[in-house]
Amino acid sequence: MLTRIGDYFIFLGTLFRNREKMGVYLRLIIDECMSIGVGSIFIVALVNTFIGAVTCVQTAYNLTNPFVPKNIIALIVRDSSILELAPTLSCIVLAGKVGSNIAGELGTMRISEQIDALEVMGINSSSYLILPKVVASVLMFPLLVIMAAFLSILGGYIAGTLAGVISPEEYVSGLRFEYKPFGVTFALIKTVVFAFLVSTISAYQGYNVKGGALEVGTASTSAVTNSCIAIVAADFVLTQVLLT
Amino acid sequence: MIDIKNIAKTFGDRQVLKGIDGCFEPGQTSLIIGGSGTGKSVLLKCMIGLVKPDAGEVIYDGRDFLSGDKDLQKEIRREMGVLFQGSALFDSKTVLDNVRFPLDMLTDQSEEEKLDRAQECLKRVGLENAGDRMPSEISGGMKKRVGIARAIVLNPKYLFCDEPNSGLDPLTSIKIDQLIKEITDEYKVTTVIITHDMNSMMEIGEKIMFLYEGNKLWEGNSDTLTHSNVDELNEFINANKLIREMER
Ligand SMILES: Nc1ncnc2c1ncn2[C@@H]1O[C@H](COP(=O)(O)OP(=O)(O)OP(=O)(O)O)[C@@H](O)[C@H]1O
Ligand SMILES: [Mg+2]
Repeated sequence: MLTRIGDYFIFLGTLFRNREKMGVYLRLIIDECMSIGVGSIFIVALVNTFIGAVTCVQTAYNLTNPFVPKNIIALIVRDSSILELAPTLSCIVLAGKVGSNIAGELGTMRISEQIDALEVMGINSSSYLILPKVVASVLMFPLLVIMAAFLSILGGYIAGTLAGVISPEEYVSGLRFEYKPFGVTFALIKTVVFAFLVSTISAYQGYNVKGGALEVGTASTSAVTNSCIAIVAADFVLTQVLLT
Repeated sequence: MIDIKNIAKTFGDRQVLKGIDGCFEPGQTSLIIGGSGTGKSVLLKCMIGLVKPDAGEVIYDGRDFLSGDKDLQKEIRREMGVLFQGSALFDSKTVLDNVRFPLDMLTDQSEEEKLDRAQECLKRVGLENAGDRMPSEISGGMKKRVGIARAIVLNPKYLFCDEPNSGLDPLTSIKIDQLIKEITDEYKVTTVIITHDMNSMMEIGEKIMFLYEGNKLWEGNSDTLTHSNVDELNEFINANKLIREMER
């Protein structure tokens, strides 16, 4: 376990050594942004809209005390969406989608000797293949999370008003109540860290596949599980450091 | 010329290569033959630096490849073309982009020059019309030919082919062998080919090395191949003949 973590850090080092020309990366980064970003919009949007809706209705259900004003519901949806649900949950969803994709792609390239082919051309295969994915993830995950937080709050609004647990005016006033802008900064910091973890851990798993198709499947699975573990661990640490 | 000296490699507790010596001359097609699992691919990977041997030297025209610094390694690698056992085409790129790839990454040529050169190489392997297809859409034999086109696109001084004609029909095999031979003669390339194909051994075996359980048991050429007194080699050749007769 510890040697694996050590290997992972050595692997991170190779990403930044003898890189190719900058122009080469630019196109690759744009391609990756398209596949990682655009390709994930739908699932992230769907999950977060429903999570926001469920949070709103459940909070209303639990708030039976008539002395607590209804707009607290909106405040709770807002804060949990921005601080935790949108960044952490979206990144877990993205670990499943983007992480398994990265590990599968690199694993297949490894076992079909495509990575060897790059190496014999004198190209640093790890930086050529992986750096664009890491950069694209770090750029696109935050955008997806901003959208996720927005949709989660919107989902809460729609579900809350349709179910009749809160009126539109109460919801909006709750959203505006005691708003702390640092929450958004915190969410974005978390997301950037998660993006780096998901993309590099998945790449590490895929790039180091040995064997055949079976091992590529195993690598995809461990890419997702390890990314999720890293996300929750980092989530806990960042919350301790930044919010207390 | 490529000189290899005493190459040894052990994986876990299995010694795959037990000290192999040899040299490969420019303008000649040199063959490495031997049964499955005898370490032919590992030897090739040691020569091109994908596997680090436990001992031994690989010398490219007087330049020590393995202990040389990173820049020298890079320089030598850019003079190599390699055809892998499974072709190793990039499956996210079209055939033409695969062939162009080394030009895009390693040269400063203009778009037009690169396109011309890539087309020329595709034509050489008889695939000038397959440029915009994806690797998943072409047959195994076509993949090998695209692999060859990509390997020769930078005019390599050293060409390595791992089983260029395994799994192909006899006619296509012969064509591929002839193509490699032509390129070798034309540009005085130092060519190393791994094969188990009897036809290839007889047709283009200007130098043949027989590996058996990690040792080099015999060295010669297509004329002396069938007159050796090495039992393991004779057995290997007879098995090959038997299969050929069965095919008929
Ligand atoms: N990376 C590796 N790790 C462990 N063992 C390996 C590795 N690469 C090759 N081997 C072992 O080395 C031995 C020789 O393999 P190699 O691929 O060189 O055979 P080969 O002569 O090319 O056979 P074939 O004709 O089937 O391609 C095999 O037993 C293989 O299991
Ligand atoms: Mg082999």
